[in-house]
Amino acid sequence: MKVKLLFFAGLREQLGSSGEEIELPAGVTTLAGIREHLKSRGGNYESVFSGKALVRMALNQEMAQPTAPVKPGDEVAFFPPVTGG
Amino acid sequence: MKISVQHEDFDAGAEMRALSRDPRVGAVASFVGVVREVPMTLEHYTGMTEREIGKIVEEAKGRWRMMDCSVIHRYGELKPTDQIVLVAVASAHRGDAFAACEFIMDYLKTRAPFWKKERTAEGTRWVEARASDDAAADRWTEKAEPKRFG
Repeated sequence: MKVKLLFFAGLREQLGSSGEEIELPAGVTTLAGIREHLKSRGGNYESVFSGKALVRMALNQEMAQPTAPVKPGDEVAFFPPVTGG
Repeated sequence: MKISVQHEDFDAGAEMRALSRDPRVGAVASFVGVVREVPMTLEHYTGMTEREIGKIVEEAKGRWRMMDCSVIHRYGELKPTDQIVLVAVASAHRGDAFAACEFIMDYLKTRAPFWKKERTAEGTRWVEARASDDAAADRWTEKAEPKRFG
């Protein structure tokens, strides 16, 4: 299935990408699954998604847990803890 | 209810006057956040930001008797003394206005998808999230002990 990925703030800079459309491999059906898939790309993706730094996730513009299931066309965002206000 | 995510500055006085036009309003409490010491760039997640602030305001409306409110958050390049954020709440009495204003601000800091990047002479640096902000938001949940945060 195809989903839209978005990256923000320090994470966007580390990856050198603000997002992409991605065809997920069969078997990748949750946010945690997407995170693992991105980590398996190696390089900057491996360091960003290694679990050392906190990464928050949103599914269709709502904060979401790693276990949240994804469906085709979903918007999935990864970003550091927020610092507004 | 006004929610605005914008680069332009705002007039806090005008926003508060707009909130007190209803003759049933007896109290308008407000908070203005200001850039302190270091120039910064604020990034946000367009779309989610507005939704998230809307959810925070709805939650506040469920807890206190709010008659109206105005939440404005700026993004982009800001310099010391610039205003960053306004939260203003109108109620019949001050207790609801004070509490709702503080609640919205605490939740905004920990939930609205904004990120600050400081620009110093040495270079740029993403601001790290602070545990004290999480603690400030947590005190509104039942399990937490009521505390004051400065």
